[in-house]
Amino acid sequence: MTEIIVVTSGKGGVGKTTTSASVACGLGRRGKRVAVIDFDIGLRNLDLIMGCERRVVYDFVNVIQGDCTLKQALIKDKRIETLFVLAASQTRDKDALSLEGVRKVFDEMIEDGFDYIICDSPAGIEKGAHLAMYYADRAIVVVNPEVSSVRDSDRILGLLSSKTQRAEKGEEKIKEHLLLTRYSPRRVATGEMMSVADVKEILGLDVIGVIPESPDVLSASNAGTPVILNEQSDVSKAYEDAVARLLGDTLPLRFLEEPKKGFLARMFGG
Amino acid sequence: MGLLAFFRRSAPPTANVAKERLRIIVAQERTALGGPDYLPTLRRELLEVIRKYVNVDPDAVQMNLDKEDGHEVLEFTVALPEKGKA
Repeated sequence: MTEIIVVTSGKGGVGKTTTSASVACGLGRRGKRVAVIDFDIGLRNLDLIMGCERRVVYDFVNVIQGDCTLKQALIKDKRIETLFVLAASQTRDKDALSLEGVRKVFDEMIEDGFDYIICDSPAGIEKGAHLAMYYADRAIVVVNPEVSSVRDSDRILGLLSSKTQRAEKGEEKIKEHLLLTRYSPRRVATGEMMSVADVKEILGLDVIGVIPESPDVLSASNAGTPVILNEQSDVSKAYEDAVARLLGDTLPLRFLEEPKKGFLARMFGG
Repeated sequence: MGLLAFFRRSAPPTANVAKERLRIIVAQERTALGGPDYLPTLRRELLEVIRKYVNVDPDAVQMNLDKEDGHEVLEFTVALPEKGKA
């Protein structure tokens, strides 16, 4: 059985690609066969976050148009044996992707025995976002604890329940999960930032992960190493937890409290 | 909080304001998107009628569509301005 997971958000810059890359790596490291696909046609980025930008020869649109085989376009990860990246096309033609084309590629991946297909959605609610979510079995909605991100996520939830194959065919609903990113326990404690409970209450979804705000995310993208692979980082642990929950584990949420500081750090704001 | 930060004015706690604003706008947009197409027009026209008699702000009008076992309830709430202010 192949499960298709869309990573979506509505708003840009909230961490969809970071999340797609880390979830894909997390699943891959658990021995699952994973393909992660960049749906952001014209604005390819997943390859950079995955660190395989110089190995892109063929892309998603090339496969659909028959310029190459799926095997030729899939970039095998150098760290994880069972992980493959399919890059977005840099074409400016937004119509290069179609529902039929996407279906064809998914069918071939299913045939090929992939356990997971992770679809990294573009921002917005236009065609690219629609195609990324259309065939999904499961959705990870990435949200920052901030008003515009929460509102946009609610729009996306509306689309997931009306404009997807499962909705149109009246099949079982897509499983939807909330993933909070850039969470700052210190600012939540001082009442400057909405808490997990606040966002959960407004959107009415279960929370699959809370990723703390951290400079490690930028360092990871600078280096082209998905942040989940930086095992020293709390961000990595938080993503590992999210992946475990995706696979059915029940784990308490971590990193919701500000880490306790020593005396000197408290005095001098270290 | 460090010694330096202590003397700096800290940001006011605004998370509750964010939550309250979101609660209202999300409910309103769910109603508009999930409900019949005429709802936005209905809201606008009702507002115009009310404004013939009382000067209310557009945000003083809230519309909610609730689904209760088998039937739908359209709830329309208008907060009237305080006396003397209208």
